[in-house]
Formats: sequence, C-alpha cells, structure tokens
Amino acid sequence: MKAIAFAVRSFGRELRSGEVVVLLAAVALAVAALTAVGFLTDRIGKAVARQANEVLAADLRLRSPDPIPDTWRDIAQEYELQTADTLIFPSVVFAGELSALTTVKAVSDTYPLRGSVRVSDTLFGEQRVVDDIPRRGEVWADGALLARVGADVGDELLVGEATMRVAAVLTYRPDQSIGFASLAPSILVNIEDIPATGLIGEGSRVGYALLVAGMDDAVEAFNTAIQDQLPESVRASNREESSERAYNAADRAQRFLSLTAIISLLLSAVAVAMSARRFAHRRMDTVALMKSLGATQGFVIAVAVLQLAMLGVIGIVAGSAIGYAAERLLSVILADLIAADLPGVGPMPVILAGGSALVLLVGFALPSLIQLRNTPPLRVLRHDAMPPAPSRLLVAGLSLAAVAALLYRSVGDARMLVILLGGVIVIAAALYLVGRLLVALLGRFRSGVGVAWRYGLANVARRGRASAVQVVAFGLGLTVLLLLTIVRTDLLEGWRQTIDEDAPNHFMINIQPGERESVAAIFENEGIAAPDFVPLVRARMKTINGEDVKEREYPTPDGEWMANREANLSFAAELSSTNEIVAGEWWPANYDGPPLVSVEEEALIETGLAIGDKLVWVVAGQELEVEIANSRRVNWDSFQPNFFMVMSPGALDNMPTTYISSLRIEKPHQPVLVTLVRSHPSISVIDIDAILQQVRGIIEKASLAVQAVFIFTLAAGIAVLFAAVQSTIDERRFESAMLRALGAPKRTVFSGVMAEFAALGVAAGVLASAGASILAAIIATRLFELPYEFNPTLWVAGLASGVIVVCASGFFAARGAINAAPVNVLRTA
Amino acid sequence: MDNQSLDSAAVLDAHGLSKQVSSPEGTLTILSDVSFSIRAGESVAVVGPSGAGKSTLLALLAGLDLPTAGHVILNGANLGELDEDGRARVRAESVGFVFQSFHLVPSLNALENVMLPLELAGSDDPRSASRAIIDKVGLGDRWSHYPAQLSGGEKQRVAIARAFATEPAVLFADEPTGNLDSQTGQNIMELMFELNKNSSTTLVLVTHDLSLAGRCDRMLSLDAGHLVSDSRAAA
Repeated sequence: MKAIAFAVRSFGRELRSGEVVVLLAAVALAVAALTAVGFLTDRIGKAVARQANEVLAADLRLRSPDPIPDTWRDIAQEYELQTADTLIFPSVVFAGELSALTTVKAVSDTYPLRGSVRVSDTLFGEQRVVDDIPRRGEVWADGALLARVGADVGDELLVGEATMRVAAVLTYRPDQSIGFASLAPSILVNIEDIPATGLIGEGSRVGYALLVAGMDDAVEAFNTAIQDQLPESVRASNREESSERAYNAADRAQRFLSLTAIISLLLSAVAVAMSARRFAHRRMDTVALMKSLGATQGFVIAVAVLQLAMLGVIGIVAGSAIGYAAERLLSVILADLIAADLPGVGPMPVILAGGSALVLLVGFALPSLIQLRNTPPLRVLRHDAMPPAPSRLLVAGLSLAAVAALLYRSVGDARMLVILLGGVIVIAAALYLVGRLLVALLGRFRSGVGVAWRYGLANVARRGRASAVQVVAFGLGLTVLLLLTIVRTDLLEGWRQTIDEDAPNHFMINIQPGERESVAAIFENEGIAAPDFVPLVRARMKTINGEDVKEREYPTPDGEWMANREANLSFAAELSSTNEIVAGEWWPANYDGPPLVSVEEEALIETGLAIGDKLVWVVAGQELEVEIANSRRVNWDSFQPNFFMVMSPGALDNMPTTYISSLRIEKPHQPVLVTLVRSHPSISVIDIDAILQQVRGIIEKASLAVQAVFIFTLAAGIAVLFAAVQSTIDERRFESAMLRALGAPKRTVFSGVMAEFAALGVAAGVLASAGASILAAIIATRLFELPYEFNPTLWVAGLASGVIVVCASGFFAARGAINAAPVNVLRTA
Repeated sequence: MDNQSLDSAAVLDAHGLSKQVSSPEGTLTILSDVSFSIRAGESVAVVGPSGAGKSTLLALLAGLDLPTAGHVILNGANLGELDEDGRARVRAESVGFVFQSFHLVPSLNALENVMLPLELAGSDDPRSASRAIIDKVGLGDRWSHYPAQLSGGEKQRVAIARAFATEPAVLFADEPTGNLDSQTGQNIMELMFELNKNSSTTLVLVTHDLSLAGRCDRMLSLDAGHLVSDSRAAA
C-alpha cells in the first residue's frame, strides 16, 4: 500500500521533470506503430473481403433452379441481413428487324449488395457509378448487344412481350462473369418487369438467386441455419471459394506491414533498454537513500514495477491515440481503396499493441529496474558503491524471450519464428559490426581536423558501442524511408517505362478467321496500324503421360484447377517478344514435326509437369497428343495476349479457331471502336485503360500508406538517439563545463558536439544509402524484373538526411548539457 | 544473541569491528578491531583525519555495510545476524540519518521527504506528524517546495526534520555541515543539538570539526582505522 502511494507520488514528479520522457516516447512509438498497422490491416482485411464479395455482389449467394421460397428471406431478416433477388435467363432481344441472343439479368431494387454497377450514356462513353437499378420499363444494355442490334441509348428493345427503353449502356456489374466463356451480351432489367415479358413459364431455363449481405458473423450464422433447408439443387457460394487469391495477397500485405511495425518495435526496444538503464541509474541514489531509511528490497521492487506499469499504461494510451490518429490519416489517403462504409475498427489492435508494449517493458526495461533492489545502501555514504551489473544471461534471456513473443504474433508458427529470430540476431549482429566499423573509420580522421571535430570524433570513438547502436538504429530508419521515396519512384518510373507509352489499352476477342482482314482494314482506314491477331482454340486436357487428369495428384490446388478447366490454346512459329524461354528450346520457325507445346513457367510447376511429358488434349471432339518442349516466362504486365499453353505451328490446323488481339487506341480514335462493333457484332472489345489507371493508383496510394507506417521506424530511430544522448548527458554536461572552464568558447563546445552528431549522421547515411541501394537492386531485379539503375540521388539524399536529422535531434537532446553554466556543473560534481 | 557482556543501558554496541577490502594493491585494512559502547541519550562525536575510517565505521554501525570481523548490536538487534531486509527494518524502527550532501529525494517535496521514513515505518498519520516537525525546523511555509527550490541550509533542515520524524533511538550524522557555509552550518548544528536534547535521541556525529565535536558528550578519535582515544567531555 505504501509502495503504491510512494510510486504514484514520485512518478508524477518524475513525469514532470522529463526524466522518463524518452522511455515513455519509446513505448508510445512502439504502441503507435503497432496500433496503426493493426487498425490498417484490420481495414485492409475487411476491404479485401468486401472486394472479394463483389464477385458475388453479396456476402453469400444462394442459387437455385426454382424460385426462392419466402422462408429463406424471412430467416435472413431474422439475422438482420440485407437481401436482394436476381434471376437470369437467356432470351432473344429485338430492335426493329435485328435480333441477338442475350442474357437477361433481372434484379430487385437492393441489388447489388456489394460493389456497384457502372453505366455510360453513350457507347464507349465516360463511365459512372450508379446506386439504383433500371426503372420499370427501362433496360441497361451491354454495348455489344446494342452494336449487334444497331440500337442506341434512347431506342426501344423488345424483350419477350414487353417493349423497353434503353436508358444507359451497361459497362460493369459486379457479378458479371469474366473470361471468354460467357460472351452473350447482357441486359439488366427491373425484376418487377419480368411478368410483363411473359418469358418465364413452365420449363423455362431460369437461374434464381438470393443475395445476402451483412455483418460477418450474422452471415455465417445464417449460412449455418439455412443449410438444412436447402435442397440438393441449391448452391451456396461465399467469398472463401470465390477469391482465395485475393485473400492470399491481402494476407501477405498484412504480414509485410506487421513486419515493418516489428522493425519499429525492435528499435523502440533498443530505446527502451537504453532509457530504462538511464532511468534506473538516476534512481540509484534515491533507492540507496530509501534503503538507508529502512526500505526493504520488496518495497524497492514494488515501487519500480508499479512505476513501470504506470509508464506502460500512459505509453499505451498515448501510443494508441497516436496510432488511431495515424490510422484515420491513412484511411483518408486510402479512401478509394478501403470501402468507406466499413464497420468501425474494434479494440483488438489496441489490446494487442498494449500487450506487446508490456512484453517490451518486461523484456527490456525490467532487468535494469529489478537490479535496483541490489543497490547497496552504503551508496548514501560512498557514491561509488554500485549494484552488481544485472546478469547477462537474465538480460539476454528476457529480451530474447520478449522479441520471440512479439515476433510470434506476426509469423504465427514456431519453425518460422526460429528462422526469423535467427535472422534478426544475425542481421542485428552484422549491422552492429558495420556500425562499429564505420565508427572506427571515423576515428581515423581525428588527426587531420580542428579541435572541435577532434573532440567530436573522439567522442564518437570513445562511446564506440553506443555510437554503433545509434548508427544502426538511424540507418535502418533512413533505409526504409529512402526505399519508399526514391527507390519507389525509380521503380514506378521503370515500370511505367516498360508498359506506359504504347501498352495496349483495348482487347478484342472472338474474332473469326474470316474477319481478320476486314478488322485490319477498319483500323488502317483510321490511320491506325493493324494489330496482330493471335489464334485461340478452346480445349480440355484429357491425360498427362497417359494418366487421366482427373485422377492425377497436383502440387497445388491452382494446378489441379488449371489442368481440369477448359483451356485456351494458341500456336505460334515465333516466340512472342514478351516471352522468354527458361528451359528447353523454342522450335524453329519452319517446324513441321510432331506437335510440341510450350508451357508457362508457373503453370508447369503448379501442375507438376516436366519437359518431355506427353499431354493429350480434346479439341472439338478430336484428340491431339503433344509433347512439352520448353517452358516460358511471361511478362504479364505487357498487356499483350499471352497463353499458358502455346503449340507448335500446324498442331492446331483445322481446329475451330478464333482470334484475339490487343491494341492501343487513343481517345480521339475511340469512335473507330463503335464502327468496329457495329460492323462485327460478334467481336467483344474490352477497355483496359481504366484497369491500368486503377493499378497505378493502388500502387501509389499503398506505398504512401506504407511510407506513413515507416515514419514510425524513423521516429523510433530518433528515440534511440535521444536515449543514447540522454545516457551520456551528465558526462556531456561535465565535459562541456570543463572545456568552458578551460577557456573554450561556447561555440567551440557546440561545434564539437555537432561534429559528433554530424559524424554519426554520415555513418548512418552511408549505411542507409548502401542498404537502400542493395535492397533496391534486389527488389528491381528479383521482384519486378526491371533493370536496376544506380541512382546517385540516393546517396546524396541518404547522407544529407542522415546528417540533418541526426544533428537536429542531437541538438535538441544535448542542448541542455551544452548550455549548462560551468560553475553549477563543477560545483555539484 | 552473543553472550558477551553488555552495558545494560547501551543502545549501540560495537565489538571488535574490522573492515578489509580488496584493492589492486592487495588487501586494505580500513578499520581494525574497534570496540565501544554507546548509552541511550549520549551524544558521541567520531573524529579523525581523512581516510581514518570514520565513514566506514558509521556505515557499519548503521548496518549499511557489514564488517569483515566483529559485530554491531543496534537497539538490541545483532546486525550481523540479519539479512539486508532485516537490517533495513531495524533502521526503519530505530535509526535516523543526516548526510553531508542532504540526500533528499528530488521528486518529492519537502513534506513528502519528511513523510518518507514515517511511511516506511508504517506510521498511521505520517502527514500531520511531518507537518509538526517541519514547523519545528522553521520551514512551515515552505513545506510544498521541491529540493531544487531550496537553499543548502534549507535542504539540511528538511533532512534533519526527516531524521527526527520517526523519533529514532539513534541519529547518525555524517559531516552534516560539510556542504554549508560556516554561519549556516552553525545554525544547523544548533537546531540539531536542540532537537537531540528535547527528544533524548542518541546522536552519533561524524565530523572533522573539533569545535563541533567538543559540543558532544563524548569523542571517539580514529586514526588509520584504529580507535586511538575515547574521551568524555569535562562537563
């Protein structure tokens, strides 16, 4: 009880005295980084889930060949879920004399529950998002359909027995099937209009669906509850099946962000350890006094632990507030990427970050504080009486255990943890050695410089270990910032150069062999070079080396899916310029031997195939055996038509072939596309400009967000510097007073201290520039397959920011010591 | 408890105290076979030149350190038989300190510094007891000031108030005027002797100021670790 009273009373004063500010800041920073990332990944996770659900236009979709019974909707209501009804059926639509086969999609007014519909007012016109559905008597029609029947917005279509007006061109609906299989153009109509069409009767081929959306657990509960009532013929789909890939990507992004937060956390740990040691050292006199006045060891420990706990609580509260503010800011930056109507963030990130902060304090601050209990009371009489140093085993053990506990959350598996922990130790040791080396190098320049620099460099060398830690902490912070500013810009520029200028922005699919000439002519008339036509043959794989594809085991689920689906095959004499052979050899241009196939690198691995394997394909009822001749790496970013399977020339002769093509059409030439689809109604044109722009926007914004997270890393580096300077502040105060007593002007003392920080800044800058260059080269060549170009700006920026940031923070940390009046310092010494 | 002869009224008994420390030059003897007994209410000065072992003796008497040989009995407790916490409890119950460099807790104000030993000893109402004593040392209007806001003399007054707050059986003072100018030092000593007289506390004063030592009932002289004289004042 008295320990609590004493702890509280003296803690308030210590807070005000600024003694514990660095320790507090380090804790708050760690918590802020973790909560910001926690909140952010929480949101990204939810956003990705929503995006994945867009494919369904719902969180859950129940599809049935029969009308949806009302009871299902009632159950959904019980769980407070939103519902929408859709039905879909094929029908022939007329516009005057012309007709076309169409997919009619009828929806109720809450559709879509996830994602949104986009329309435009003219063919290939500007798209806009709409949040309602077609009014009664109106349809939104695919551009391709309008082209086929020669209609335009405002014209009338005959759908069954109902005459309906085209109100807009339908450009996107969330649940449209993507791919080449479903090319029947569709119209979207109001479900209330369906009876008037008279199209649905006994035996009609209609697909009914009930869309459901709401809170995650409510959807889950509904899904469980409804299962018993579903007949065999009903298929329930949720996002898990619909987009596993999107989940994997989000998962990776979240882990990456967590790891960046961990870097901030580890740097904060260094700052915590340093400032806790200082905190403990400053309290030694008080502890000795209290023991001389009769305080027991238990009391001393109780006070230390209580104060640490109070510190932790304040740090966690402050850090969570900063983290929350940062998350708000990031959400604004990422507004387009993260759906705005997400449910609020829960308390989980704060709880986890708070827990991590406590682990951090226990691992890195507690050993120093516990050691206080061994302060000899004799210290009140003899100031050199010190407690024995804390056991190295205890310190190393506790901090390692703390790091392990913190990392475990990010990796979540023991083997990975051991590897990562080993990695952390090796990297930390290597960085420390580099730091020591840089510090030792700096020491060599001492003889050739003036008094201020000599004093500064001598200090760097004398505090060798602390200097190295500061260089590394700062260097790491700067490295990531350089990576995210200069390197990111370089990489984006490089990527832009590879795709930008003449990357195709439109795909044409379903071109019949006989249409190639007339299509080319349409473009040539407009002064646009005729595109290449790439053949496409639909086929299904039957056997691999005589084994049925359905019975075979595959290394990955993706591989199994790839082997079993209906595939698009192509053939070519020459290797596409966007492809590169990685194994085996491409066939000669005039090859006319037995059929060969070239398989895309990853497809080969995922389906467990090898060069020389024999595949049997079924194409339009005929079997075709081919041998795998080589594997290719494909640059998918090229936006050129590319295939997993490319056959040798002649292999697919006389098979039903259509062609696809890609080309770049600038805005002024866009009307040519209207001409094209009117004269060739069966050809579909896909606009990929919008997709490209979206991809670019995502990269820009995501890296901005990551950059914001890395600010915490730099701040943690600054905290380490402050802690390091603070731990030497008494020494500095005394030295500065001594120098001034010996006649050095204040300016010289100041220059000396600044020289020390400038030297540390240079070392940190060198480390950061080198680190960022190496990482940039690895990222460019390995991850993005871009040529890496050395950028001297990186080194200029690295060194300059190193010197500026370290000098500025160093100045703030040490100014008290420089300015202290010599007489006061020397008298109390 | 050892079965040596004890002065029935002794509050502090030192028996054959020796202290040796190891140093790079070999074993160093700081105190050698020092024995004496102090009765309750006595005021005793420990004098001697620098390095004579005065502060070491004080540390051993108060249980801040342990002797290499011999033992100390403080207010009935053999300090050598107690662990560190046990010695701390004895100090909390029976000992007060006044140090040369004041040793106030910088994060506590004057009143809180005085309350500290009372709280450690488990006093029921440390606040009002402390207010009373802080009035006595003449700082009634400055009780809320922090050590940094007080002069040297004022700090030492707070330290004296803290030392007397628990009404200790023995008060140890280690060069209490060492950091003060002579006038302030004199005032401080007046205050200390006055409080000592009123509370009949045993005072053990370490000093190299012989005039100060002369005001005590008894003077123990140390030289090179040996007790060279034990004289009582003529009065």
